[in-house]
Amino acid sequence: MSEGRPPILELQGITKSFGGVEALRGVDFALHPGEIHGLVGENGAGKSTLMKIIAGVHTEFSGRFLIGGVETHFRSARDAHTAGIAMVHQELSVAPDLTVAENVFLGNQPTNALGFVQWRRMAREAGEQLARFGIDVDPMSRLGDLPIGLQQLIEIARVLFSGARIIILDEPTSALSPPEVERLFATLRRLREDGTAIVFISHFIEDILLVSDTVTVFRNGRKVAETASAATSKGALIEAMIGRGGEALEHSYTDDLMLPRPSDSQVVLKVDQLSLSRSLKDVSFEARAGEVLGIYGFMGCGQQELSRILFGKLKPDTGTLFVDGTPKTFASTAAARRAGVALVPESRRDMLFHQEPVYKNISISILDRISALLLKPAQERDIAKRQVEQLQIRPPVVGLDLGMLSGGNQQKVALAKWLTYPPKLLVLCEPTRGMDVGAKNDVINIVRDLRTKGLAIIVLSTEPETVLSLADRILVLKRGALVREFRNEPVSKDRLLEAA
Amino acid sequence: MSSETALAAGQRTRGLAPFLRSQMRNIAPFLTLIFLSAFFAFASPSFATLDNLGNILTQVSVTGIIAVGLTFVILCAEIDLSIASIANVTGIAVAYFTLQESYVNIANIPLPGAVAILLSILLCALLGLVNALGLTVIGIPSFIMTLAMMQIAAGISALLVRGQIAYKVPSLVTTLGSGSIGGIPWIVIVAAIMLLAGHLVLTYTRFGRYVYMVGGNREAAEYSGLNVKLILGSVMVISAVCSGIGGMLGVAHFGSAQQNEFDTYLLDSIAAVVVGGTSLFGGRGGIGNTIVGLFVLGVLNNGLDHVNIDSFLKILIRGLILLAALVINVYAQRLREKAAD
Repeated sequence: MSEGRPPILELQGITKSFGGVEALRGVDFALHPGEIHGLVGENGAGKSTLMKIIAGVHTEFSGRFLIGGVETHFRSARDAHTAGIAMVHQELSVAPDLTVAENVFLGNQPTNALGFVQWRRMAREAGEQLARFGIDVDPMSRLGDLPIGLQQLIEIARVLFSGARIIILDEPTSALSPPEVERLFATLRRLREDGTAIVFISHFIEDILLVSDTVTVFRNGRKVAETASAATSKGALIEAMIGRGGEALEHSYTDDLMLPRPSDSQVVLKVDQLSLSRSLKDVSFEARAGEVLGIYGFMGCGQQELSRILFGKLKPDTGTLFVDGTPKTFASTAAARRAGVALVPESRRDMLFHQEPVYKNISISILDRISALLLKPAQERDIAKRQVEQLQIRPPVVGLDLGMLSGGNQQKVALAKWLTYPPKLLVLCEPTRGMDVGAKNDVINIVRDLRTKGLAIIVLSTEPETVLSLADRILVLKRGALVREFRNEPVSKDRLLEAA
Repeated sequence: MSSETALAAGQRTRGLAPFLRSQMRNIAPFLTLIFLSAFFAFASPSFATLDNLGNILTQVSVTGIIAVGLTFVILCAEIDLSIASIANVTGIAVAYFTLQESYVNIANIPLPGAVAILLSILLCALLGLVNALGLTVIGIPSFIMTLAMMQIAAGISALLVRGQIAYKVPSLVTTLGSGSIGGIPWIVIVAAIMLLAGHLVLTYTRFGRYVYMVGGNREAAEYSGLNVKLILGSVMVISAVCSGIGGMLGVAHFGSAQQNEFDTYLLDSIAAVVVGGTSLFGGRGGIGNTIVGLFVLGVLNNGLDHVNIDSFLKILIRGLILLAALVINVYAQRLREKAAD
């Protein structure tokens, strides 16, 4: 349908690198008015980088950039905005303390001749816009008081109704419920009729196929396919995304991997009907001693909330946790720790004391075991030294400030703090994210070793490779609900993606 | 082992400048103290005498006792604005429970000295507990919670004395507050013991480590399975009890218990802790810093009395020194963060 019309935006031979690593390699991309263009690809494939170039966030790159046939170079996001390009970023960027109306008109509130904000007009127009989008809220209510999904919808609405000619949506549906997704799609289609060009990035391939006219697939910074949505399928897209054969040097998990027979060892953790407002819906599962349970899902699927509930940092709305058969409601993380639960969160910054030496980082969670009242620094150092040796933390100096270690070694310290007195249940969030191959393998070996020692381990990740490399049994979490369990059966990256 | 020494050597060869930069929060207050002492010794012959050193020690004692607890609070990256009010109400309470002379027109409840002291300590601990609950259970920021407590404690003080002045306190308090042994005032000894105890707790106990860790990175402390709320609550109670002890001895030291007697001690105590170099962002500093801070303040206040200076200008100078200390405090934090990167 878009053929024949000249593209509104055209990129030719775009190459972009970050500190020597090429994020995009010679990418061509064209966008036509009245087109919804879907983008798919794994994390780090280059989708978001390309979109940030279009939106003027990244200004340094090589290649040609044409808008309406005219070569352009944006110096800032403001330039892109002036050129009629608007983007909804993956992370919410709203002002929670302002009203809904102020958020909708952020940056261009209607003012009268004296420069005073016309509140009544702003509220009325914001209400009208949101109503067109099917959102019925009081425009004068505080945005932060609304549920996250609604906040995201309002942010999307702001961009959709900003009058931009080119709209980029990066993962807009991750926090939305199915009816909200429907409403978003209806609005996108209406905008398409008006001639707006829309780029739609999503992990949810069904959504892409449903709403977009064209799909482009990215892999390792290259565009590997561009096809009409009607002429492709979910399976074909997944295959294009992850590639086949000897392309990757590492084990790429594209081939089927046989999961072992589920163990019948003791159930350490039983989760029953766990729900948390918009994040989790009736989640129930068990984790057994000597088993690694993988939980896979896209960003925003509720993994983070689930891990925090297991460690007593969040309280679920409903549902029960059983540790060793006893129902538990953790009043604090300290209570969870005493019950034998340990958590390594995805962000090392949240977990470690960067200005303190390594040994204090390791001993902090076991201090009550080694000292009643007075500290025993010599013993702390001994324990830390043993862990540093065992986990091969480099440099092996327990008195060094943690901040001086590399990321991979910091991650090992985060693990080490739980290992002197191993917990019953170890919850790991993104245990290998951002690590080089060597460090990744080290962590994988540590986790396998812990499994043989009889710990129950839960690995939560948004990277299929991480889950596949570690788990004996895999649960797939989709929009807060468990949708599939893989056990005693073949599993591969595309099977996981297919399920999520 | 060999790699450890090699690395230690490596750190040494990184040079003196980075080391000094990372230690700036400890060095700057010390240099300030030396500079001020040298200045006043030069400007006034009566400053650098043994007698005057005794004066300075006595003058900073009440502030020192209060500052012990406040150091715990600031190390946790919280603040306690109710210290002076709690000191005041505890001092008034101990007088309220003591038999006063007949000309003192207060409807008080005379009790045996030990009971009066115990009740007063209980009172300040209770007020600290209210601070603790407000901060941890309800989630009111300590700045606001203790601001309210400042008023509440002042209100209780007002109700107890009703504008009157009480003079008598239990004999133990009188001795510790205004007596001396072998020429050394008891109040200086008490302050020294409390500072030492605070230092030992912070440096050598598990609780002390927790205080530093909670202040250094509260999120990480929680993810390490520490009971952060319990630790925060404890430091608020410790702060209130230290303030109460300071208040009781202060009343004996001044010879009277009355409304608004301790008002200047709020700013002085905060100044002592912060000027000493304890980080307002938590996790760095300690009692050693507070002691240096106390001396900087003590030397400054005392020294300005020895030189011929407009007494109204004194207030301005104190304010400027405090501002300089705050600038150094924030700057030192930034330098350290840079060194850690």
